[in-house]
Amino acid sequence: MYNFRYHKAETIETARSLIAQSDDPKILAGGHTLIPTLKQRLSQPSDIIDISSIDELKMITLGDGFVTIGALCTHSDISNSPDIKKNIKGLADLAKQIGDPQVRHKGTIGGSVANADPAADYPAAVLALDGEIITSAENHKATNFFVDMFETSLDSDEIITGIRLKIPNSSTYKKFRNPASGYAMVGVFMARYDNDVKIAVTGASSSAYRMLDVEDSLMSNFNNDIMADVDIDTTNFNDDIHASAKYRGVILKVLLEEAILELK
Amino acid sequence: MVKINININNKAYSEEVGDNTLLVELLRDKLGLTGTHVGCDTSQCGACVIHVDGDSVKSCTVLAAQVHGKDLTTVEGLASDGQLHPIQKSFQNNHALQCGFCTPGLVMSAVDLLKKNSSPSEDEIREWFEGHICRCTGYKNIIKAVQEAITQ
Repeated sequence: MYNFRYHKAETIETARSLIAQSDDPKILAGGHTLIPTLKQRLSQPSDIIDISSIDELKMITLGDGFVTIGALCTHSDISNSPDIKKNIKGLADLAKQIGDPQVRHKGTIGGSVANADPAADYPAAVLALDGEIITSAENHKATNFFVDMFETSLDSDEIITGIRLKIPNSSTYKKFRNPASGYAMVGVFMARYDNDVKIAVTGASSSAYRMLDVEDSLMSNFNNDIMADVDIDTTNFNDDIHASAKYRGVILKVLLEEAILELK
Repeated sequence: MVKINININNKAYSEEVGDNTLLVELLRDKLGLTGTHVGCDTSQCGACVIHVDGDSVKSCTVLAAQVHGKDLTTVEGLASDGQLHPIQKSFQNNHALQCGFCTPGLVMSAVDLLKKNSSPSEDEIREWFEGHICRCTGYKNIIKAVQEAITQ
């Protein structure tokens, strides 16, 4: 690891002023992506600003058809939350499929969303649940947030404080897990609302995206027989040592069908 | 350098640590608590698992500075009055270790599992150990050891 200056920020305001005073700061939440990245010397921040003790970012609150999840809620907090299990079952299941129990005790939803790993799980849920990313500066609609591989619409001095999700009637997350890393080779989050269906895919391409054409087909006929007419365009799909683009396309089709059958 | 106050195995420590010192480096290199092992150093093998405020975590992927004000338990803190912890005992009874390198992490993880789920199924035990790698045992006796500990 290169050297850096470590700061513990007890409030968001302190964190913001530390960011303003630093040349090349990085925010530390759970650290389960950042610390491995630092160890590999893939990143050389001047300052690490640890926000993990800001308790107000650790709450899950329910209200008027929405759930707001504090940025510092861990995958374990989310998978074990009675409110999440009851209202967004797909999200509790998703959180339980990340990494392993020890990783889930540390990794946070805010960190994962900010990092925007193309194979991360949460981006699919945040998109399909009509999410908003709440930050120290503004609210971002999820549909404009995930720009590209590890790239979001966050400004460099912005801190994610929470994720606001619209509670669906039912939801599910289907994931084809890389057996070594646990990351999604392909993951599909599907949510049903009154007169609406939302689907988002992660792991398949450079960033998570909505499947508007399949959503349209399912809105008029929520049945797996629509899959016979779905043609997956794999032109921009990831093609790497884990899976070819074509194989990811096949997996995606299977996962979509499984999701429809579960929510039918 | 960062000043931290922590509790490890019910003993208070006040330490100056480097900004980029890992928690496992503090435990092993500075405090001599070498029961916690470093296997992969990439948060995959689980040899470095300890408890921080009651949750099992991988101490190779936490900065020492992060645990200021927290309660830690390492494998050295399990036995009391010269008696092994029931999980340690059941690992011994079931020959759940061969070289022993991964054992401290597995034991700490198993203690956390049984605290959160007092009667896990075999599948739940296997899932809980997903973040651990043992190259000797084939895991069979590790699972058996946890199952025996459930009944105690």
